[in-house]
Amino acid sequence: MSTNWTEQSAAAIAAAVKSKQVTAREVAEAFLARIEAIEPKIQAFLKVTPEKAREQADAIDARIAAGEEVGALAGVPVVLKDNLTTRGIETTCASKILQGFVPPYDATVVTKLEQAGAVFVGKANLDEFAMGSSCENSAYFPTHNPWDTSRVPGGSSGGSAAAVAADFAPLALGSDTGGSIRQPAALCGVLGLKPTYGRVSRYGLVAYASSLDQIGPFARTVEDLALGLQAISGADPMDSTALTDTVPDYTASLTGDIKGLRVGVPREYFGSGLEPAVRAAIDGVVATLEKLGAVVGEATLPHTDYGLAAYYIVAPAEASSNLARYDGVRYGHRSQKMGGHNELFEQTREEGFGPEVKQRILIGTYALSAGYYDAFYLKAMQVRTKILQDFQTAFESFDVLITPTSPTTAFAIGEKSDDPLAMKLADICTIPANLAGIPGLSQCCGFDEQGLPIGVQYLGPALSEATLLRVAHAYEQATDWHTRRPAL
Amino acid sequence: MSLTPHDVLQVGALARLSLDDAEAERMTRHLNDLLAQFDSLTQLDTAGVPPTSHAVPVTALLRDDVVKPSLPREEVLQLSEHVDEQLGGFIVPQVLPGDGGGA
Repeated sequence: MSTNWTEQSAAAIAAAVKSKQVTAREVAEAFLARIEAIEPKIQAFLKVTPEKAREQADAIDARIAAGEEVGALAGVPVVLKDNLTTRGIETTCASKILQGFVPPYDATVVTKLEQAGAVFVGKANLDEFAMGSSCENSAYFPTHNPWDTSRVPGGSSGGSAAAVAADFAPLALGSDTGGSIRQPAALCGVLGLKPTYGRVSRYGLVAYASSLDQIGPFARTVEDLALGLQAISGADPMDSTALTDTVPDYTASLTGDIKGLRVGVPREYFGSGLEPAVRAAIDGVVATLEKLGAVVGEATLPHTDYGLAAYYIVAPAEASSNLARYDGVRYGHRSQKMGGHNELFEQTREEGFGPEVKQRILIGTYALSAGYYDAFYLKAMQVRTKILQDFQTAFESFDVLITPTSPTTAFAIGEKSDDPLAMKLADICTIPANLAGIPGLSQCCGFDEQGLPIGVQYLGPALSEATLLRVAHAYEQATDWHTRRPAL
Repeated sequence: MSLTPHDVLQVGALARLSLDDAEAERMTRHLNDLLAQFDSLTQLDTAGVPPTSHAVPVTALLRDDVVKPSLPREEVLQLSEHVDEQLGGFIVPQVLPGDGGGA
């Protein structure tokens, strides 16, 4: 009876490859075959990379045959969000302005994963330049939710989340600026983790908002999530915001024991916009954690409601600066229209950027412009301090806070795309963690009446990833949501 | 505070974005919707609150001033078809008026 490798965890695959139970090549072919069969329904990828995957898999097999050491993810297929630079492989950020751009360098996380033995099966779709919550802002095509292909997978890392949910790979990387890992993880029924700001190097992550962006893993099991985080974390001389704090052994934190853990439920996250099924599922998580020995109490984060406005000033302001580099001069799209250098910039950007990106550049430029800086940007940064202080106060009484990840389950493709403001409300539960720089983990905790996944979010103080993983692992051991798969 | 399409075109000029009239109208509506959300911030008293630009405090990480390899020029020049390999640069429309022969 042969093993169905596409249903195996990253941990199981790495163990099997290292012990020569299976070759990395055989595992890669299994996932590539599944991608070929199912991807047309999902469109998780902007680019599938079979040649790269085979080359990497063969290299792993050669090393093992020669008795050489291989890393903790040996032979594990991984999907990379297409805003992570991959040397020699086109990286578009789902934008026309970077169509044809082939980076001359790898992101640090890409190098680290390769050293760990990972095999790259493709570059995943996203909202253009990571701006969006549904993957509908991709300049190429939308990705479809594997649980109901008429619905969005969430965003901006929709392709990465959908790929793991559809068993195209046991691990994927995404990026999270206002919820772009956690929200699609919730909508796709998989695990997603946004690390503490600075835990993972941003070198090679195409910048959206530099004080908010973080790269993080998607997985089906908490053990795999821990392996993914372990592989990518750590200091980096190429990123001066990357923390030099020691990276703990994340797998060691999976003890199954949360007795006495102080869990807070912040009341401000349970407002009127929350779907009843989501509220009920979160109540279920609280009950399960209490049975496992956690001590649950009500928390308060009084400035939560200001988070959305603060984010939609800070992030676009930083984006307006980061996206100023796309001028058609050195790489990517260059307008063919005749004119001087200003026309070159204006036409290139007009042709190359989608409407959501333009909107955010405009609001960001406005917020930073003379006469408005104090009213908008400075104010938003002060609100950020209040939100940060709210969390610091709450974490004096609680080890972990529990909230819904998204107030709703996956919505239909096209349902919110004409109402940018309604779309932005999808991030109301996830944004505060980015503003405060704290880690957040989303885990599947149930399904609604239509069979759509619901996500619970765990938030902890800076550098508390081990605690978040411990809670999620304990919950996973006590439930079976993570064993369900979409019918594809 | 409400923007007009003219305001949006001016902001667009700052951001080197040339919008057509229909786009300017659409952007104006969306931006005003967003600005209405920001009103809530003005109600919050933040007197004396220090701004946070970097949530997780780090002191400046410095390294020894040692030359390390940069991206090789030949590789970088391959990223565009508008290059002058001899001069080792990218070709752009003339920036300063004149005969184009230099500063």
